[in-house]
Amino acid sequence: MNDRWLLILGANSDIAVGTAHQFASNNWNLMLASRNLSNLNKMASDIKIKHNVRVKTFEFDAAAFDNHKTFYQKLTYKPNGVVLAFGYLGDQETAQNDFEEAKKSLDVNYNGAVSILEIVADDFTERGEGFIAGISSVAGERGRQENYIYGSAKAGFTAYLSGLRQRLFKKNIHVLTIKPGFVKTKMTFGRDLPNILTASPEQVGKAIYKGVIKQKNVIYVYPVWRLIMLVIRLIPEPIFKRLDL
Amino acid sequence: MKTSGWGRYPVIDSEVVRYNSDDSLFENIDGRNPVIPYGFGRSYGDSALSDTILKMRPAKRMLHFDPENGLLTCEAGVLLSEILETFLPRGWFLKVTPGTKYITIGGAIASDVHGKNHHQYGAFSEYVSEFSLMMPNGSIKACSRTKNKDLFYATCGGMGLTGIILKATISLQSVQSNTIVQQTIKTACLKEIFQAFEEYYNEPYSVAWIDCTATGSSLGRGLLNVGHFKEDHKFEYKAPGKLNMPLKLPGFLLNKWSIKLFNQLYYQKNLKSENRSETTVDSFFYPLDILKNWNRLYGEEGPLQYQFVLPKKTSFDGIKEVLNYLQKKNMYSSLGVLKLFGKENKNLLSFPMEGYTLALDFKVDDKIFQILDDLDKIISGLGGRIYLAKDARMSVEIFNTGYSKAKEFRSIRDQYGMNKIFNSLQSNRLNL
Repeated sequence: MNDRWLLILGANSDIAVGTAHQFASNNWNLMLASRNLSNLNKMASDIKIKHNVRVKTFEFDAAAFDNHKTFYQKLTYKPNGVVLAFGYLGDQETAQNDFEEAKKSLDVNYNGAVSILEIVADDFTERGEGFIAGISSVAGERGRQENYIYGSAKAGFTAYLSGLRQRLFKKNIHVLTIKPGFVKTKMTFGRDLPNILTASPEQVGKAIYKGVIKQKNVIYVYPVWRLIMLVIRLIPEPIFKRLDL
Repeated sequence: MKTSGWGRYPVIDSEVVRYNSDDSLFENIDGRNPVIPYGFGRSYGDSALSDTILKMRPAKRMLHFDPENGLLTCEAGVLLSEILETFLPRGWFLKVTPGTKYITIGGAIASDVHGKNHHQYGAFSEYVSEFSLMMPNGSIKACSRTKNKDLFYATCGGMGLTGIILKATISLQSVQSNTIVQQTIKTACLKEIFQAFEEYYNEPYSVAWIDCTATGSSLGRGLLNVGHFKEDHKFEYKAPGKLNMPLKLPGFLLNKWSIKLFNQLYYQKNLKSENRSETTVDSFFYPLDILKNWNRLYGEEGPLQYQFVLPKKTSFDGIKEVLNYLQKKNMYSSLGVLKLFGKENKNLLSFPMEGYTLALDFKVDDKIFQILDDLDKIISGLGGRIYLAKDARMSVEIFNTGYSKAKEFRSIRDQYGMNKIFNSLQSNRLNL
């Protein structure tokens, strides 16, 4: 019987599903946490049947900061690794006009992540084991008019993970940052994404598993994204602000 | 988005709605008409084409498995291939499987697909004990042979026209190996192949390939392939990798001469009159799945599949007549697949009936539609019918004659208001 447990926060996202299957097929037991329990329970049955591992489900809301401590204490098992997969894309234009929408993006993508990961980090430090994999975004590498509210929250999350990595490295705890690029998910359904740059949730799941095993720091699912984002970061501001990019 | 069936004819522009959850499903399709559920897109014709197509593939979770009796409950978008990958290593196999494993459970029920064991096991729906169906008003009904049985018999084989299948419970069969012991029997004419089917009736799986280019006394010659599961308790199942067919071949490569040559060679490759061998589940049941996008072999227009069944007493003369007619018209099917069906079930629109079924593959050209209309008349006159999952062109008259319970099906559609929302190009054409 295998007793490694992976905790996935935001387990209903398509990327989380891809990741869950990847770890389960490598004999990891899973604790799945998300807001929609009925959907989560279906996912749990599917993983149990297909991979013969143990799966538990928990209710978790990234933006309900006050509950995070209790949530973590009530977990049935202490996790050996955590994948943070929750995120909220939202609508840029709405967020510009309505602070509630902007706040939702900041709360889910940044505040919620900091809130729960600090709790996880303390526990891992105390136990001297564990890894944390956070799904950030290429949108966080440079603010663009199209999605800068989401992007700035992800930029904050990327910086947060980088600092956390430095802090936990001394305790032998690995922190991985994933920047998936375009992914074919329900979040992006209906958008016209270029095929050669668009990964499937299964590919992201595999990349995360590999990144954890190989103790990578920052991964892009398709390596070409590293180059694309480098070019975008290098465009001088006076030119960048005039672009429609 | 441009969409077509597996046969690449016709191509239409559809809006695509994606399944997210049972809760949001009705909201997403409410007010749209026509809309039709779409699984993995392997039906050949226009049965899954509509202004709005509802992609059900994201509903792909397995929900419950009972290892005592092999009962699996899963969502409608689960593929047969996923069931094999999960269960064949544990000694379970589908009770009925068609010639491709890349179809969804929902699609298998809606087309009530058949396999090489129809003469003994019947069609796919025989092993469906229950399913949930979303009705035109968004309510969800459990359907079985005892609960809402009118919906059960209309939905199995009902081509997605009765509502949206959300999940289903099917029974799997326990097998003792993943190896198939197969036997190939070489026959010299149609009479011999019919006799061979009867002679090997006790083998669970049987199907014959016939050489549609053979004439005269060799008319209808072919190879009967029969088989059963071995009992060696070995289950190292690994799905084979797929080769891609990267481009469409230019259509002229497939002509009367190349088809004749291919058929000659295929017939001659089996020198002995009987041949025993062992093979894998994948190469026995799903030979074409190895080549992803094999429909591209047929060039731009794709393969037009034509499958019909004739009652047993008219089968022999009927098939002879069809083959002769095609030869007279100088039209050659690249592939002819012959199969003996067992008893027909109680579903309103299921295809199989007791008798012989023949599937033919044609390249689309300007002559073919007239020729198929002529074949329709021959088949209809002999009491046969055409397979809806492979149809994109039959007339409502031919359909009505072949499917004697069509009237009952229409009245159920009317009664529940299904025809106000669930419509496809096929249902419009056939006035369903």
